[in-house]
Amino acid sequence: MADVSIRNVTKKFGKTEVIHGISCDIHDGEFIVILGPSGCGKSTLLRLVAGLEEISTGDIAIEGRVVNRLEPADRDIAMVFQNYALYPHMTVYRNMAYGLKMRRMDKDEIDRRVRAAAKILELSELLDRKPRQLSGGQRQRVAMGRCIVREPKVFLFDEPLSNLDAKLRVQMRLEIRKLHEDLRITSIYVTHDQVEAMTLGDRLVVMDNGYAAQIGSPLEVYERPATMFVAGFIGSPAMNFLEADVSEDGRALVLPGAVRIPLNGTGLPAWGRKKVILGVRPEHLELNGTREGGIQLTVDHVELLGADTLVHGRCGGIALTLRLPDVHRIEKQASIALSASPEKLHVFDPETKNRIA
Amino acid sequence: MEKRVVFRNNVLPYILVAPQIVITLVFFIWPASQALLQSFLQEDAFGTSSAFIWFDNFADIFTSEEYLGSFRVTLVFSLAVAGSALSVALLLAVMADRALRGATIYKTLIIWPYAVAPVVAGVLWFFLFNPTVGMVTFFLKSVGIAWNHTLNGPQAMTLVVIAAAWREVSYNFLFFLAGLQAIPHSFIEAAAIDGAGPWRRFWTIVFPLLSPTAFFLIVVNIVYAFFDTFGVIHAITRGGPNYATNILVYKVFNDGFINLDLGGSAAQSVVLMIVVIALTVVQFRFIERKVHY
Repeated sequence: MADVSIRNVTKKFGKTEVIHGISCDIHDGEFIVILGPSGCGKSTLLRLVAGLEEISTGDIAIEGRVVNRLEPADRDIAMVFQNYALYPHMTVYRNMAYGLKMRRMDKDEIDRRVRAAAKILELSELLDRKPRQLSGGQRQRVAMGRCIVREPKVFLFDEPLSNLDAKLRVQMRLEIRKLHEDLRITSIYVTHDQVEAMTLGDRLVVMDNGYAAQIGSPLEVYERPATMFVAGFIGSPAMNFLEADVSEDGRALVLPGAVRIPLNGTGLPAWGRKKVILGVRPEHLELNGTREGGIQLTVDHVELLGADTLVHGRCGGIALTLRLPDVHRIEKQASIALSASPEKLHVFDPETKNRIA
Repeated sequence: MEKRVVFRNNVLPYILVAPQIVITLVFFIWPASQALLQSFLQEDAFGTSSAFIWFDNFADIFTSEEYLGSFRVTLVFSLAVAGSALSVALLLAVMADRALRGATIYKTLIIWPYAVAPVVAGVLWFFLFNPTVGMVTFFLKSVGIAWNHTLNGPQAMTLVVIAAAWREVSYNFLFFLAGLQAIPHSFIEAAAIDGAGPWRRFWTIVFPLLSPTAFFLIVVNIVYAFFDTFGVIHAITRGGPNYATNILVYKVFNDGFINLDLGGSAAQSVVLMIVVIALTVVQFRFIERKVHY
């Protein structure tokens, strides 16, 4: 039973603060993905949990025990590094056994654990090889094996799949998920790849410049992004943003060109006549045959992807993208009318960039 | 496929390799063959006549107690020089690798000794340890050690080892530091998470990864101790007292140029050449395989 609790953690390197107070409770057996663009502090946060960096203020507790001052070795964690960090002068077997040997475990028990882990990871044939004789996927598995044998309280993954090719990445992603379902060890996984995040995570921590912009399940983050940053970061192609005015009664949005888009439910009475930002995902825009009361889009170019068609165009000078299922043959410069169902709209405050509705 | 250059002109390739061949011939093959020839000759002290005496010179040196003593002295000397130069350099490099502030200045300063010529270094140490006026001698006296390397054999050996190793520390330091900095930080972090303390991390991860560098330095240092330490010996002890620091290279010089036994001296240098070739072959054939990962 290992839950990890991160409370108001900040981290400064010299005078620059890179983590600005993050709090997150990770439940026992949960798979948490920390997601964000490069330089947002996600790896630093992971290294703080690992104990490779010292936190500036706040607390990190594993299983209720504050570990702020503990050495990495004493935190009972295991970590998969981005470059795997396999000891190049040791065989696969010795790589996996190293952590157990350092803890002065009984030789037979070490052997049992290493062979068991090798069997799970299909490494039994490779135990006598050196890391340089292994392929990328095999090295990745050895790195995971080194963690598994320790039977730690928490697994930490630092972009473990980023050095693999696309096909292997998909395969390893499934293996990591399966492994987690079998072992149920609390895991924290750092990535910049939203597909990895969506498929692996029980919950996501989306990070933006040292802040946790949103913490929630993958679907929550997709369906109700808390900020414009999250909305733009999750989903591909990225969400469209349009400036809009709220109508006087707050029941509709008015786009440039007097296009009225009705809002869901009671609308936004408090925001009457104010400026907002409307966000709508490319996959939630639909072709509207009637040409009445919709957004008029002038098509710039069309990408046929087979399963989908991406249409890029402009609406009153603002670039918009829509994704249509199946193949659509749309001419360049054609004018098409679009609509979106009210429950799929996202409205943001242009000042704070936070979600309004 | 390997790319090969084809010359239409038959002379050009020979002209291109000529400088290298000439240098090798003039500065290595010729003197070496002269030494080899000389080692079979016996010459009178005035250089007016010489006789071909086959292996008598070799038989002489291998039955000479003085020569075998010199062999032992060389063994002790080169192991001590290589050992102390390597271990001190490794220690300094590990510390410098951790230092955050002033590391550049430190690195610059520590390389300076390498720029000092061996004879000059020898003279510096000679003055520091001078039995009458040396500063170190003075301090040693105040802690109860009577220092006189002109009379005390082990002290003389200690002094030449210090003087010879001192210079080599800089060189080793640079290589060790470069080697340490080439080790990805994540290995150390992984080992820290695996539960290894700093000491065990060093011996189980860092040192094995450094072993190719260490191996290279051992070869270089031993060759250095065998050959390049002539100046140090000459400036400090001249092989004395009572042959206590009479290493092979110094004995070659002494027998040939002071005692004018050219044949015997040549035979010694041939043996020295064979010893170093053998050492290097052994090191590369048998040890190198074990250190590479």
